[in-house]
Amino acid sequence: MSHEPLIVLDAVNKWFGDLHVLRDVSLTVDRGEVVVVIGPSGSGKSTLCRAVNRLETINSGSIRFDGKDLPAEGRALAKLRSEVGMVFQSFNLFAHMSILDNVMLGPVKVRGESKAAARERALALLDRVGIASQADKLPVQLSGGQQQRAAIARALAMQPKAMLFDEPTSALDPEMVGEVLEVMTSLAKEGMTMIVVTHEMGFARAAADRVAFMADGQLVELAPPAEFFGNPKSERARDFLSKILQH
Amino acid sequence: MDVFLDPANRQAYLDGFLTILKLTGASALLALVLGMLLAACRVSPVPVLRALGAGWVHLFRNTPLTLVILFCFFGLYSAVGVEFSEDIHINNYWLAVTGLSAYTAAFVCEAIRSGINTVPVGQAEAARALGLSFSQNLRLIILPQAMRSVVAPLGSILIALTKNATIAGVIGVAEASSAMKALIESNGDQTIAIFAVFALTFVALLVPVGYAFSALANRLVVRR
Repeated sequence: MSHEPLIVLDAVNKWFGDLHVLRDVSLTVDRGEVVVVIGPSGSGKSTLCRAVNRLETINSGSIRFDGKDLPAEGRALAKLRSEVGMVFQSFNLFAHMSILDNVMLGPVKVRGESKAAARERALALLDRVGIASQADKLPVQLSGGQQQRAAIARALAMQPKAMLFDEPTSALDPEMVGEVLEVMTSLAKEGMTMIVVTHEMGFARAAADRVAFMADGQLVELAPPAEFFGNPKSERARDFLSKILQH
Repeated sequence: MDVFLDPANRQAYLDGFLTILKLTGASALLALVLGMLLAACRVSPVPVLRALGAGWVHLFRNTPLTLVILFCFFGLYSAVGVEFSEDIHINNYWLAVTGLSAYTAAFVCEAIRSGINTVPVGQAEAARALGLSFSQNLRLIILPQAMRSVVAPLGSILIALTKNATIAGVIGVAEASSAMKALIESNGDQTIAIFAVFALTFVALLVPVGYAFSALANRLVVRR
């Protein structure tokens, strides 16, 4: 067990062609810490989140997880990914499998757990996110909110060291946002290390240990939520907050 | 129609179609497996495998099947010495199956590859994020969904394969069209009738295949 923070990004740069989407981003996330990343569209916050389990490669800088540099590829990378839960904006549940099979797949196929053990934990997790009765249905038969909760259960089934949430409520109907945030809030309270990219300011205020504000690929501000929302230091953040909070 | 009253002629007709079914069955199975492997090659991150898959498809999809089958006999067997059996009939049968499989696999590969393109990229990303390897991702997530979306085109390929199996006749496999030719040669007065019986037998065999695959495609479609 290393004493350095669980996730360490150091001077990370990333280009999409000519577009400089991450500019010298440095960020550390301690064990048990919840960092909520906010910022305008196209500010690089999703890319940042996806870089942590290398769904996006980076051009320079370094990313360390649990004391080790991110492996470039192969088995080591797969192992790292199995330790980092990821929740996507569009749920991405496996469309040809039941909800239960979705949640069991990782533990059985990646970890080699017995089906019985994986099934038991999967059912407990589905119960925990409130959709135990949907276990045998296909993803398409569930509402968006239920699908996203199933996706969270699928990620948790791997007993990850950290969870990445990439705009988990952005594709949801408004009345379903709450049920997903509720699950995320309870995870945060239990001490899960989380990076959450979101537009839900209420969640940021309530659950974040620190808020990271990004604009144009730069990490502009990093502060506890009370400080960030109460007294934003940068012009960019003040401008962003005034736009989203005036309604 | 009295040509079919002769038991020997009826037997030739039945044997011909039985051979078509045998050629089709073995080739369909091999082409499906080979086609899946080729499709896996074509989407793999390894450049050599991608080139192999692409090369196979370009070569076999653009070569007349008659040439492929003739090559199996004169090239593989006569020149290179590939022999499946001492029995010339069994040997020719497997040479034909080899050619039909290699040829059909190219079409199966392309159908499956188009199916892979219908699977949203998020499915593969979610699988990678869980820690699945490339081959697990392909086997457990992508191919099962891709295959379901290409059931109908695979049905068309199977129908084409069944008809293409008649080309095995060029290397002496006693399939249906060879049987038809033999019957016509000795019963020149009943050409139209003989032709009609053979053609309609193909139609009768293959129309249900078309319907079955359509029904299967509807049943297996992945709803999103």
